[in-house]
Amino acid sequence: MKQQIVTIDGNEATASVAHRLSEVIAIYPITPSSAMGEFADEWTSKGKKNLWGTIPAVIEMQSEGGAAGAVHGALQTGALTTTFTASQGLLLMIPNMYKIAGELTSTVFHVAARSLAAQGLSIFGDHQDVMGARQTGWALLSSGSVQEAQDFAAIAQMSTLKARLPFIHFFDGFRTSHEVAKIFYLTDEELRAFVDEDLIRAHRARGLNPDNPVLRGTAQNPDVYFQARETVNPYYAAAPAIVQEMMDKFAQITGRHYNLFDYVGHPEAERVMVIMGSGGDTAEATVNYLVEQDEKVGLVRVRLYLPFSIEHFLKALPKSTKSIAVLDRTKEPGSMGEPLYLDVVNALVEGQRSNIKVIGGRYGLSSKEYTPAMVKAGLDELKKAEPKTHFTVGINDDVSHTSIEVDSSFSIENPETVRCVFFGLGSDGTVGANKNSIKIIGEETDNFAQGYFVYDSKKSGQMTISHLRFGSKPIHAPYLIEANQANFVACHQFTFLERYDILKYAKEGAVFLLNSLSGKDEVWDTLQSEVQSAIIEKKLKFYVINGYEVAEKTGMGQRVNTIMQTAFFAISGVLPREQAIEEIKHAIQKTYGKRGEAVVKKNFDAVDATVANLYEVKVPTQVTSKMTRRPAVPDAAPGFVKDVLAPMISFNGDDLPVSAMPVDGTYPLGTTQWEKRNLALEIPVWEPDLCIQCGKCVMVCPHAVIRHKVYDEKLVADAPETFKHMPSKFKEFSQGFAYTLQVAPEDCTGCTLCVEVCPVKDKSAVGRKAINMAPQPALRDAEAKNWDFFMNIPDMDRKLFNPSTIKNSQLLRPLFEFSGACLGCGETPYVKLVSQLFGDRAVVANATGCSSIYGGNLPTTPWAVNAEGRGPAWSNSLFEDNAEFGLGMRLTIDKQNEYALELAKIFEKELSAELVNAIVNANQSDEAGIQAQRERVAELKNKLAKSNDSRAKDLISLADNLVKKSVWIIGGDGWAYDIGYGGLDHVLASGRNVNILVLDTEVYSNTGGQSSKSTPRAAVAKFAMSGKGIPKKDLGLIAMSYGYVYVARIAMGANDQQTLRALIEAESYDGPSLIIAYSHCIAHGYDLSKGLEQQKLAVQSGHWPMYRYDPRLIEEGKNPLVIESKEPSIPLSQYAYNETRYKMLTQMDEGRAEELMKEAQSDIKSRWAFYQQMASMHYGKEEK
Amino acid sequence: MTDLTTTYLGLKLKNPLVASASPLSKKIETARQLEEAGVSAIVMYSLFEEQIIHESLELDHYLTRGTDSFAEAMTYLPDSGTYAMGPEKYLNQVAELKKALSIPVIGSLNGVSKGGWTSYAKQIEDAGADALELNLYFVSTDPNLASQELENAQVELVAEVKSAIKIPLAVKLSPFVTSLPNFAKRIVEAGANGLVLFNRFYQPDFDLNELEILHSLDLSTSAELRLPLRWISILYGKVNADFALTSGVHTYTDVLKSMMAGAKVAMMASSLLHNGAAVVPTMLKELEGWMNEREYKSIQQMQGSMSQKSVKEPAAFERGNYMKVLNSFRETI
Repeated sequence: MKQQIVTIDGNEATASVAHRLSEVIAIYPITPSSAMGEFADEWTSKGKKNLWGTIPAVIEMQSEGGAAGAVHGALQTGALTTTFTASQGLLLMIPNMYKIAGELTSTVFHVAARSLAAQGLSIFGDHQDVMGARQTGWALLSSGSVQEAQDFAAIAQMSTLKARLPFIHFFDGFRTSHEVAKIFYLTDEELRAFVDEDLIRAHRARGLNPDNPVLRGTAQNPDVYFQARETVNPYYAAAPAIVQEMMDKFAQITGRHYNLFDYVGHPEAERVMVIMGSGGDTAEATVNYLVEQDEKVGLVRVRLYLPFSIEHFLKALPKSTKSIAVLDRTKEPGSMGEPLYLDVVNALVEGQRSNIKVIGGRYGLSSKEYTPAMVKAGLDELKKAEPKTHFTVGINDDVSHTSIEVDSSFSIENPETVRCVFFGLGSDGTVGANKNSIKIIGEETDNFAQGYFVYDSKKSGQMTISHLRFGSKPIHAPYLIEANQANFVACHQFTFLERYDILKYAKEGAVFLLNSLSGKDEVWDTLQSEVQSAIIEKKLKFYVINGYEVAEKTGMGQRVNTIMQTAFFAISGVLPREQAIEEIKHAIQKTYGKRGEAVVKKNFDAVDATVANLYEVKVPTQVTSKMTRRPAVPDAAPGFVKDVLAPMISFNGDDLPVSAMPVDGTYPLGTTQWEKRNLALEIPVWEPDLCIQCGKCVMVCPHAVIRHKVYDEKLVADAPETFKHMPSKFKEFSQGFAYTLQVAPEDCTGCTLCVEVCPVKDKSAVGRKAINMAPQPALRDAEAKNWDFFMNIPDMDRKLFNPSTIKNSQLLRPLFEFSGACLGCGETPYVKLVSQLFGDRAVVANATGCSSIYGGNLPTTPWAVNAEGRGPAWSNSLFEDNAEFGLGMRLTIDKQNEYALELAKIFEKELSAELVNAIVNANQSDEAGIQAQRERVAELKNKLAKSNDSRAKDLISLADNLVKKSVWIIGGDGWAYDIGYGGLDHVLASGRNVNILVLDTEVYSNTGGQSSKSTPRAAVAKFAMSGKGIPKKDLGLIAMSYGYVYVARIAMGANDQQTLRALIEAESYDGPSLIIAYSHCIAHGYDLSKGLEQQKLAVQSGHWPMYRYDPRLIEEGKNPLVIESKEPSIPLSQYAYNETRYKMLTQMDEGRAEELMKEAQSDIKSRWAFYQQMASMHYGKEEK
Repeated sequence: MTDLTTTYLGLKLKNPLVASASPLSKKIETARQLEEAGVSAIVMYSLFEEQIIHESLELDHYLTRGTDSFAEAMTYLPDSGTYAMGPEKYLNQVAELKKALSIPVIGSLNGVSKGGWTSYAKQIEDAGADALELNLYFVSTDPNLASQELENAQVELVAEVKSAIKIPLAVKLSPFVTSLPNFAKRIVEAGANGLVLFNRFYQPDFDLNELEILHSLDLSTSAELRLPLRWISILYGKVNADFALTSGVHTYTDVLKSMMAGAKVAMMASSLLHNGAAVVPTMLKELEGWMNEREYKSIQQMQGSMSQKSVKEPAAFERGNYMKVLNSFRETI
């Protein structure tokens, strides 16, 4: 059978088998496994059939718990069923997994293994999730490479059918799930030869069927439960041999042979490592290398971890073994050791081999690098007379001193392998081009190829680093290219040089390709001294191309991907230049052909223009530059920022020791202000002669980089020369007050929403507004000084003005600033407004999702404090439990307030009756009342400060809760409509005083745009690829049905005043409030600078009716529902077809698009009529 | 029996009333209604190459924006990999209309690139169109672009398109040409079989509240008939082409005037969009009635009867006419 080659990643490799071997697939997105579900959904929607010629049914569920339930049901009725998940998702499946195992049901769950959220969430890879499920009775099969991920998907499926144990097939999240590699594809013919149809029919026959009914899932009592639980033992005992049988059969068909425990190394090895996952690939290559150096070392790669076959394990272990290092990619605090270690120890004891010394070590948590040097360090540890056990490798543990020394100069890189590192800007297409290059090299040459990609933690202005290897020998190197190892280094964004040590990767004599605005004769003088020095010392061949210009001229905009890819092939000599260009063009045609000729043409033009613009730079012999690399944060930054956050910002976080880390995941606020990312090419410039001081630009800025202040006009005396100001037009602050609108030039992202919203136009040239965009570089220094001066002007005292107008509300200091959200994000203006209105007394429960990532992803946080040090106290629990998490906060605050009041009354004598009375009866409905209460609390603390009474000490510790607190529960629609809906509903029903803000983007934005129940009919989303056929869930209507929940549906772009009013009302309501905020999103597919305009259209079309439902009005005999948008005045299509998510359906399937649009239009009509009826109901006294 | 037949671009038509380019040809159903109502041919809505390019680049932009940038979201929209982005939709519609109708179907094309004009023209021909109308839409805003340069390019373009196709070719002209007869002659010499007068451009309007430009196309009125009427009258007999009058045809009298000026067909869109296909039978009936009453035997009999070369006072179509109007205007004050 001719072997078919493909170049794909681990997720695709796995899903391709799972889809072909399934009838039912229940999915739910979670990083890094989402792509498997996306592939399955895509293939099914394109009509791709499984091995038996029928299209698998794919359904998205509301959570992983839901997916597991659906899988359980499908299995119980006899379908070949699977799902894909990771991390918390797997944890949510555990209850069902016990059932599925207990019922001896055949299934495979494919898991891209990922860290669990503990002191912090991590989306990256380790084995904590699968280890957390090892008690469920499932078999655990571990694959360690893209090839194995594909192969084991099939082996697991056939093993489960024969063994009747359910299988978790897992591989390392990101490292394997996202690595692109050249593999041998498992063809349909091979799969057919592998599949045992009788086993499938037996599985089907076990399904529930009313024609042959049985009962499964009884409740059992003390008399028999125990015995019944023991019935399965023979199945577990038989399973390992069955898996080996399947592995052997697989080998006969494909030539790729695996064992339950694969041994490699010296036949008489004395020191042996035991490991599973992708670390095994690194370990194998390292052990082979060491054996060549005559070291008596070996490696046992664990494939079938559970059921653990002691017999097979001992058989794999050389008799000569004297000591073993067991490496676990997980952490189980408080245990005697990590699971694989404990199992090995037990195996040796039970297998009468307890004379072998065993040590355990942890490595690679959260995709921490695991390199050959670290493998060697583990094996070397065994040489010591008293080796460290429970060690860590790959970090510097200077607290518990668990870490072992690693010789970082040790490398086993094959000199024949070409290694390339590319630095790209997120938006420039570098990663996509590199994936393409790997495909070209992998599929068009005899070379083996591997690509792995590292991403920034920000959603906008990110850096990507692509690590590519290729060569004539198979590549077993699941770790990043290390310092001084790259043959080729490319920097696709010139400004990276001033921030990062890019050339540390280059080996001596390597090629360095730089994208620069400067030509070959000028570029040298634009480089920092460190860069010049590296080029000279490492004897680099230096090439420069003005990719920006080529991109601009060929219509590529900011995407330099095709250009830099062509330049790479032109210089690197991987392929003959002509052939390379032909292959690139072929790839372009394949990738973009269906998007139209124009797209292909512009890419072709870019390829053709590249070579003529590519120059080798003559490198001088001396460093001439006086410029040096910029520090990650300014000198003025606090110590923690400089010592701990700055290394993370400059991609050196791996070097931080354990002692640098907060022990409980607690971090200071207000740290984004130190990053100064300088992303904007243009920034807004204020024109005081036109400005009406409306504050709209301040309100909409997603990044809080435009602010306005009114202040004592005398302060301008000390202002920098270019600092702009004008007399205040605020009625509360008219005489003696100056006004300034100031931009933070180094924090602005250049999204232009502010200019779009500015309502003022110059009467002589309407194109000029009160703010206009202008190039940033010329403004940067002066405006940075102005910003510093501006920030030192005191904020206006909150009690001196009413924040209920837009302009006044924007005098409140944002306590959410400079987030890493997407350019023009539609969510953050709402979050920022909440922080302004209530942030100094707010506690925030934030659901996992975009808002928790731009809000709490290290290194920095946008949540900030005011001049008094007060600010939102923020936390993220999980995705599914956020409403409950926030409710818990409310319960604490209420309880502690109650207890503090009780204690205050006890100390009436010491505090004075007057003070206690004032505290108890404080009116905290406005800022003045809150400030007065704060002063009373300060007085209380002061009066009790010297008391030794423990109750007085309690009172002091609780007294802050005597000041009104505001609980905000924030999250997206994936949380509120789907996974967290049950909890949200319960919290709404609880009647407690919480404020729930749903940032409704109508898709799962953070994981890449999967459909939620909020996704509207006719829109395309992942998991709704052919357009969502059912209407958006009306969450507001459901909440209104309680009658005592404050509900508002808002859209800042359509009516900012309504947004402001709704937030203030919601917070003032002493009960549950739900605010559903229209949030435009990158996943909608249009120019987000038009986001506000699009929000208006959403409202005008009736897609997004705006209303407030205030239960307090019922008590006044009024109808609580006030509809604040007008009757739909434009067709839905006029709004919808501005967005790619709707429009692309017309390009994919015009007939369905028309049909769905018609139905969606009809939805609007009936909903509008329904709301009208609700709003016209009589709530007053019965008329007689 | 009055003979309403006419010949346009070599196509034998049962009457001179043709539906001009409009969205009505986007649906088979409305096109069928037009045929049933009695129009003798349909000019399809235009295939705009610029729009195809724009939609293609737009889709690509939004499918790739933000991709491969953030570890959790490699993409934000699903990519089905299959889109109708080229002229396929238009070409399918040509074929569908041909299948559904027995009257001639005339394709309409507005290109931007040389390759685009010719290849799309050929594809429209291959899809079954009976003739092709080139929509030469270009608003010159560059003071350095000489009219000669522009006219040369357009003449060249017509020649290229003509050489690429075998079906008859009509060219829809703009009225904003310094010497229209010369330009029209050159276009015909380049290969055009017919001239369509005139193209109606989107005219921007101002929103005084928002101080913004408004983009809308108002439907035409009968008053707009005058401009093409005059120019067909002038060109008739001087330029060897079939003329189609479009802009301002709303009533049977507008059709009569068109014919008398020298047009082979009168094209209408605004009235059809506003009133629906039902206006057609009425107009035809009125047209026939008028002709019967005045004993016209055929449409062809009146074609060009009031063209510049046929009237007693040819100067009435020239500058003197303008003077006279002004004089008459003064007299009425």
